[in-house]
Amino acid sequence: MRSMFSFRAEGDEFIPPSSKDFVLPPIFGDNEFTTKPIFLVIFSVIIISIFFIAASRKASIVPSKLQFAGESVYAYVRNDLGKDIIGHEFMRFVPYLFTLFVFILTNNIFGIVPLIQFPTMSRISFAYVLGIITFGVFHYVGIRHHGIFKYIKDILFMPGVPKPVYILLTPIEIATYLIVRPLTISLRLFANMFAGHLLLMIFILGGEHLLQGAIGLKLVSPFAFAFGIAITFFEFLVQCLQAYIFTLLTALYIGGALADEH
Amino acid sequence: MTGTLNLVGYGLAAIGPGLAVGMIFAAYINGVARQPEARSVLQPIAFLGFAMAEALALFGLVLAFVL
Repeated sequence: MRSMFSFRAEGDEFIPPSSKDFVLPPIFGDNEFTTKPIFLVIFSVIIISIFFIAASRKASIVPSKLQFAGESVYAYVRNDLGKDIIGHEFMRFVPYLFTLFVFILTNNIFGIVPLIQFPTMSRISFAYVLGIITFGVFHYVGIRHHGIFKYIKDILFMPGVPKPVYILLTPIEIATYLIVRPLTISLRLFANMFAGHLLLMIFILGGEHLLQGAIGLKLVSPFAFAFGIAITFFEFLVQCLQAYIFTLLTALYIGGALADEH
Repeated sequence: MTGTLNLVGYGLAAIGPGLAVGMIFAAYINGVARQPEARSVLQPIAFLGFAMAEALALFGLVLAFVL
């Protein structure tokens, strides 16, 4: 929105969208906690709750369309992400994985829903919170399963490795478990949503700018809009893929913490 | 024309992960073509490798904006 107004004010100059376009003003007064992404999170929780309560309320052996839709999402997360990756103790973690998958998917898809069109996860703080929760969960599970000393020992000194290698391996393992894992899992989600939203803004705002130019430029602008629509479909793919990858990595980390040797 | 060199640098940095993602999916397609029943085993591995390689490109993107 901001860049749309600002480049009109500047006249001919096209100001490409930048990271400033993601800083949205508060809706109510000066309260920083009433920006659009926060309302989107609350809204997503409400629609997810309504959908799955409605889908599971009248469960029958021959499912209705709504029940089928809800159950197929659940079955996908349980079988493909839970059972195949975590192993025999997977049922304990299915609620977390399922919540994570549906929450990220809904918030990502907000990026291409008309009138909403802002992926919540393109604000990095939301992605960090999810990364920190996953970080807490897989360490807690590992400590509960192995006991704190054995768990830390397995991280520091990976079994079955020649002793001199520990000089190199131990710092890498510490960095992996404490910094790299939570950081990459949240940065990946954030950066994908950020880059996708930026790409959409470039095509749509660029098309709009071309429309205000000379007659030759006006003829080109439909191509920019057509590309914007094509990128929207591509974004839908990326948004589903990122929800899948975040849940897949969480399942892998939990599975790794539960495994008998790292 | 104005701009920052960051974006040129990011363009160069994206070559590596781009090649890596291509190689990962080439190997995945190869594996599935040779043994179609291994698809469900290979799929999470392929996507995990894809996510790992892609993360490097995305770090570059973030740094291109931050620096």
